[in-house]
Amino acid sequence: MATKDYIRERFFPHMWCPGCGHGIVLNGLIRAVEQLGIDKSNIVMVSGIGCSSRISGYLDFHTLHTVHGRALAFATGIKMSRPELNVIVPMGDGDALAIGGNHFIHAARRNIDMTAIIMNNRIYGMTGGQYSPLSGYGTLATTAPYTNIDHSFDIVELAKAAGATFVARTTTYHAQQLPDIIKEAITHKGFSVVEILSQCPTYFGRKNKEGGAVEMMERMKDNTTPIGSKAKQENQSLIERGIFIKKDMPEYCSEYGKIIERAMKGK
Amino acid sequence: MNEKNIKFIQGNEVCVEAALYAGLNFFAGYPITPSTEIAEHLSVRLPQIGGRFLQMEDEIASICAIIGASLTGNKVMTATSGPGFSLMQEALGYAVMAEIPCVIVNVQRGGPSTGNPTHVSQGDVNQARWGTHGDHAIIALTASNHQDVFSVTVDAFNLAETYRTPVILLFDEIIGHMRERLVIPEKGELPVVERLRTSVKRGVDYHPYLPREDGRLPMSDFGGIHRYNVTGLFHDMWGFPSSDPAVVHGLLRHLVDKIMNNENAIARYKEYFLEDARTVFVSYGSSARSALHVVKNRRARGESLGLLELQTLWPFPAQIVREKCAKATSIIVVEMNMGQVLQQVKMAVDKPENVYLANSIDGALITPTDIRNIMRLIRGMGV
Repeated sequence: MATKDYIRERFFPHMWCPGCGHGIVLNGLIRAVEQLGIDKSNIVMVSGIGCSSRISGYLDFHTLHTVHGRALAFATGIKMSRPELNVIVPMGDGDALAIGGNHFIHAARRNIDMTAIIMNNRIYGMTGGQYSPLSGYGTLATTAPYTNIDHSFDIVELAKAAGATFVARTTTYHAQQLPDIIKEAITHKGFSVVEILSQCPTYFGRKNKEGGAVEMMERMKDNTTPIGSKAKQENQSLIERGIFIKKDMPEYCSEYGKIIERAMKGK
Repeated sequence: MNEKNIKFIQGNEVCVEAALYAGLNFFAGYPITPSTEIAEHLSVRLPQIGGRFLQMEDEIASICAIIGASLTGNKVMTATSGPGFSLMQEALGYAVMAEIPCVIVNVQRGGPSTGNPTHVSQGDVNQARWGTHGDHAIIALTASNHQDVFSVTVDAFNLAETYRTPVILLFDEIIGHMRERLVIPEKGELPVVERLRTSVKRGVDYHPYLPREDGRLPMSDFGGIHRYNVTGLFHDMWGFPSSDPAVVHGLLRHLVDKIMNNENAIARYKEYFLEDARTVFVSYGSSARSALHVVKNRRARGESLGLLELQTLWPFPAQIVREKCAKATSIIVVEMNMGQVLQQVKMAVDKPENVYLANSIDGALITPTDIRNIMRLIRGMGV
């Protein structure tokens, strides 16, 4: 199918700023779903609040735009009641890891089969550029005028520690790698986390003098490296990208299916 | 009568039995006194019928999970008490806005804050009405005995489906933990309203938020043949966000009118000796048990007392209260808070100066003696 068959034209033009990375994620998502050949009616997309969370409305799936930080909790209700559906949960860094941090670690711990996509632009864009838990020490934001003293989460390490069974990272610069990773995340049976470094030139870029979208994306190219590369050994400050973990563990809905079998037998 | 249908159980268990009778097949919750037995019993019962029980990481996640599960076509419920009910308020508003049927049980404890977890209170009446932000309407039901807990719980599911709205079951600690006899109705004895699903066929444009002529909105299960958008933003008939003043106004009016215009249809109440009552008690929940005791006791002595027991608290059945209290020279609201229903009764009746409060706020059940003492004070007789 053509890209336009996956979007809701009635919803456009989208509300993202010029140069925003989220459109690249939208594109990558569509390519992943198209290449997997999943019926649009078998996909439920659940999102929270923020620039990133608007992605759900643009797509012609079953789409649930919920409240801030709770997308994974809504998604858990959907997945548990209809395990055969593909559940994809796009979130921003603040949505997933500040207000939604508790739901994130618990969804990972349960290893419930869904795909969490964290579009990490290191800022609250929709409210105008406040620091997020991913902004990083020493950055500037409208609420960190004297520099940010909050340290960042490492999403990959957090997801691994919390029990996610698929953890990957890529960037909007690596637009070719992006759909491949999303495809693997969707097909993985268990809780999948994909961190996508995305750019917010309007707020993060401007506040932190990182230039426009092109400069910010070039920075992603320069600051990241494939997992285990020689470059990483020589320069520990590089951020690794690729698939960090992919392992088989009992999946939550399947496990509950066994509970139902036991309960029905009266054991 | 089938003897197996006669039970001697806690109110919380009655709620479970009734929810299953009404078709509950998905529950998510978080342990909290005095509602926990609801979760415990459903963790046993739901998988036995192929349903799902989930213990979530908190009350916020619990209500979010049931809203998600309702969208896929299930009858859903969560249960909590004050602190958890406070946490649920944002998502409760989401269910109001997105018009998603669900039932939220609040077995009330004393508050504010952690308050008095193992003791009774009726302090959340106004929270049930106005806990979530913004203009909206809500349905809240309560009951004073186990047979009624059963019927109002079934009703809660029916009203949730009929009006596509969250319905709050506002029980209290005494009702939740007290054991008494329950006769489980036979299947079919109480009406059970099933979800109204759209008849729009695959490939034909389905408008999830376009009300029919009767105001109802047929649903389409998430994961089914119609793909549509659901949002907590103001939205048009497709479920797409809109800030068009006409759309915003129309939706807010619809959300409020669909409930407020049906105040009488939603009103559930019981009346005792009201025909000739000069003094009318207005009460609900476990307080109504003590009020009824006083009424029966004083009737035997020739006093013309009556009781109007409210089961629907929201929308407040103002018209019924006004009619039932029309002939009374004094109206005494019996409740375990500082006068939350009292204010509603004062607004409803013709002579608010004749409305008095008989209450307790100390975590102990208001007793018939408490009520009689307060009556003496009201009548200027001293204790």
